[in-house]
Amino acid sequence: MTGSAAVLVCVSGVALVAVLCLVSLAIGSRDLSLGQAWTGLVARDRTPASIIIWQLRLPRTVLAVVVGAALAVAGVVMQALTRNPLAEPGLLGVNAGASLAVVVGIAGFGATTVSGYVWFAFAGAAGAAVLGYVMAHRRASSGPTRLLLAGVALGASLSAVTGVVTMYHADTFSSYRFWVIGSFEGRDATTLLWVSPFLLVGFVLAMASGRMFNALALGDEQAVALGARPALTRAGAFVSITLLCGAATAGVGPISFVGLVVPHAVRLLVGVDHRTALRTSLILGPVLMLVADIAGRVLARPGELEAGVVTAFVGAPVLVALVVRKRRNG
Amino acid sequence: MTRGTRTRSSVLRLPGQGTVVLHRRSVAVTAALLVLAGAVTVVAVSVGNYDLGLRGVIDTIGGGGSATDRFIVLRQRLPRAAAALAVGAALGLSGAIFQSMSRNPLGSPDIIGFTTGASTGGLVAILLTAAPSTLSVTVGTLIGGFATAFAVILITVRRGVGGERLILAGIAVGAMLASVNDYLISRAPLESAEAAKAWQFGSLNAIGWNQVTPLLIATAVLLPAVFGIARPARILELGDDAAAGLGVRVRRQRVMMAGLGVALAATAVATAGPIGFLALAAPQLARKLACTPGIAFAPSIAMGALILASADVLAQRLLSPFQIPVGLVSAALGGVYLMWLLGFSRD
Repeated sequence: MTGSAAVLVCVSGVALVAVLCLVSLAIGSRDLSLGQAWTGLVARDRTPASIIIWQLRLPRTVLAVVVGAALAVAGVVMQALTRNPLAEPGLLGVNAGASLAVVVGIAGFGATTVSGYVWFAFAGAAGAAVLGYVMAHRRASSGPTRLLLAGVALGASLSAVTGVVTMYHADTFSSYRFWVIGSFEGRDATTLLWVSPFLLVGFVLAMASGRMFNALALGDEQAVALGARPALTRAGAFVSITLLCGAATAGVGPISFVGLVVPHAVRLLVGVDHRTALRTSLILGPVLMLVADIAGRVLARPGELEAGVVTAFVGAPVLVALVVRKRRNG
Repeated sequence: MTRGTRTRSSVLRLPGQGTVVLHRRSVAVTAALLVLAGAVTVVAVSVGNYDLGLRGVIDTIGGGGSATDRFIVLRQRLPRAAAALAVGAALGLSGAIFQSMSRNPLGSPDIIGFTTGASTGGLVAILLTAAPSTLSVTVGTLIGGFATAFAVILITVRRGVGGERLILAGIAVGAMLASVNDYLISRAPLESAEAAKAWQFGSLNAIGWNQVTPLLIATAVLLPAVFGIARPARILELGDDAAAGLGVRVRRQRVMMAGLGVALAATAVATAGPIGFLALAAPQLARKLACTPGIAFAPSIAMGALILASADVLAQRLLSPFQIPVGLVSAALGGVYLMWLLGFSRD
């Protein structure tokens, strides 16, 4: 039963992503009809519609798809790794770590393009992920709240350091303040080309670990008895989180809550098997990200509301709902 | 001394029926912290780019000194030092109240979203009004903070204020407002965005008596109120049912604590902007020093005052003449505290 449900969710998810992509190509400061968007996409001629689509909207749309998938999958991996349902790259400070490193890169090393600061983002994401895991590990018995609080505090102190750097360097601040919200506006094909390879490796690593995550969920001893290798799995998970969050943050800025909302929706739809959950998150992550990006463009016409703001407004109520529901059950 | 090692508390008999139980080590720690805070304040008033020396400062306060001396000491350094002490004390106590109420060492007005909400309110006043004044920023800050705290409490109140739910709801609302803050800053012209960013960290730069006097009055009224709530608060830490069984009116006590905690945080934020982390760290550090089983209110007040006074001296002197907002120094100290809490604490 679960199997067929998962297939159904995946198929309809893919169809939804396709439709949303077309909508994302059509909507903007110059609106096109869906038909025009489609012709512009397939014809690739010198008409204005085609130029807009190929130069501006297509890179942005594809970026939304891959970043949404990356954050959602990273959320599943983090939740599996910490065995904590509220773990999320944004809330645990991984994105804040990447942000800090990027700001240091911009201010101290003159990195101005994504090819320059993607490396800083990896370093920052890795550092924060390790710290987050140490916290989770030490606090394994004390429940999800403690970890989340520690993550929030970690994120806050990292942001404070980011604040010092941006106060010193006015130039850094002037570009940082647009980047930090998390937006797809004005991201071009170069950004997409730079982040995609890293994301691809991250996806492969995460997908390959699904079985191991299932075993780890039973506890380390049971997992070993089942033939899993906990240390190797954790190392793989770390690399995958670092690649996914680091590349996503370097590309579009820190975006919170996608890694929380999507995995919970996925578990409601297809159950707790990590293999299906990972696969489904890969499809539903883009759905949320595209909806957020499109909604941002529609809601604040003629300007734009950044996707990061939209996901925060979608995600925060979901977190509240999860907390309230959890209490009612237990 | 032998009695001292056997019993850890002294009972002070007041005239009439009242008695006060004093935890000896808490009293000693509070006194020591206050002395230290006083010493730091003396340093803050006498050291700076304009060097007067201790004797010069004492002369000036006593009525002597040149006009410049009087301006520097009485109009610039003294109000700033007083503000650091009062804001620190208010935040320390506010944090202690929230931690006692939520029975969680990481509970604080920052965590329930008050500070972020206050930032949002202040940023709206700074960035969206034509001519932001101290008054409009203060009003915006207070409205933002209270509205957020009220919303968070409202979300959780149906199942009883307090505990983890309050904090998690606060995190959610705080994260949402943080993205609003980033959004506001990105939409403003660069110059006002920089000013807003500096304000958002919390700073005592360029503070004068006209801001400090209301602060001192408010803290003088609010701090003594802690003696009214300290004892039932200690009992409430045992759990709602136990507290109710021991005669505490749980809901009323909670509302009073939340009100007092929010009022203290609001006082501090209205003067200095949203200073983070202090309310989180001060009560825990005070508790470790005083070796009390629960949150100790009086040592938290003294600890808050000491930390902020020291942080402000650092903020002024560290990269002088560049003035770091004191909130960033306290955030850095808070980060160190966090590492210590995660790495070395056993509870």
